[in-house]
Amino acid sequence: VSHEHGCDKCEQLLQGYLDRELSEDEYHVAQAHLEQCEYCERRYRFEVTLRRYVRTTAAERMPPGLMARLAALRTDPPGPAG
Amino acid sequence: VAEAETDDGARRIAGEARDRVRFEEEALELADQVYRVARRLVRTPEEAEDLVQETYARAFRAWRQYTPGTNLRAWLLRILTNLNVDRGRKLQRTPDLQPLEEGDYYLANRMAESGGEEALEQERVVERLSQDSIVNALSSLPHDFRDVVVLVDIGDFSYADAAQILDVPMGTVMSRLHRGRRLLKQRLAEEAMT
Repeated sequence: VSHEHGCDKCEQLLQGYLDRELSEDEYHVAQAHLEQCEYCERRYRFEVTLRRYVRTTAAERMPPGLMARLAALRTDPPGPAG
Repeated sequence: VAEAETDDGARRIAGEARDRVRFEEEALELADQVYRVARRLVRTPEEAEDLVQETYARAFRAWRQYTPGTNLRAWLLRILTNLNVDRGRKLQRTPDLQPLEEGDYYLANRMAESGGEEALEQERVVERLSQDSIVNALSSLPHDFRDVVVLVDIGDFSYADAAQILDVPMGTVMSRLHRGRRLLKQRLAEEAMT
């Protein structure tokens, strides 16, 4: 399959592939395409890297103390029973 | 007979209390993941913390509306994104958190048209970025795009879950995700060059 670099159809297919949202048929089409299109394969690898990077760098843990404040919102917060 | 009825009532109340406790515990186990998404939907850790607290307060009140066995994390995030939209309207957000302007769509569309070598050039630049630039670029996205990118890329939600959380069709999730990621790469490239 030859195509213009950055074609819409490939972009859409690769997005679904990246997000594991393709049907089985689409998945095979995407995989076959990636095997023979160097450009898309490279784009795809970059997208995977970028996504992993965004996910790890943008993830912040909950501040200490928030969990206790959330637990205190419970209807009958468990605690030392009277 | 009256005694049996009282027993039934007592059992029902006890059963409901057990369900509620289980709901609350399951919800609390997800707090870290809920916070992680919330943190990227607002500017500051304080805002994120407020938003998560409001979300849990509401969830604990409305727990009966949750259907056991369905995705509790998505259910909590739906409350959270709705609260966030309400807050946005109340607080009169800074310009970049305003609803999407014509100009943003224009830019996103134009980016979708560009590709090829320009796209590969972006890759080389993006690879040299710091944590701050990722965070800044994310928070600079128009919120319609950012919400979807955050839910899918940071929250790890499926398109279907994201559609349900934001109350938009799946197709809208897919196109906003596509444009949002493109815009994110563009902003990252800009950051890297300044």
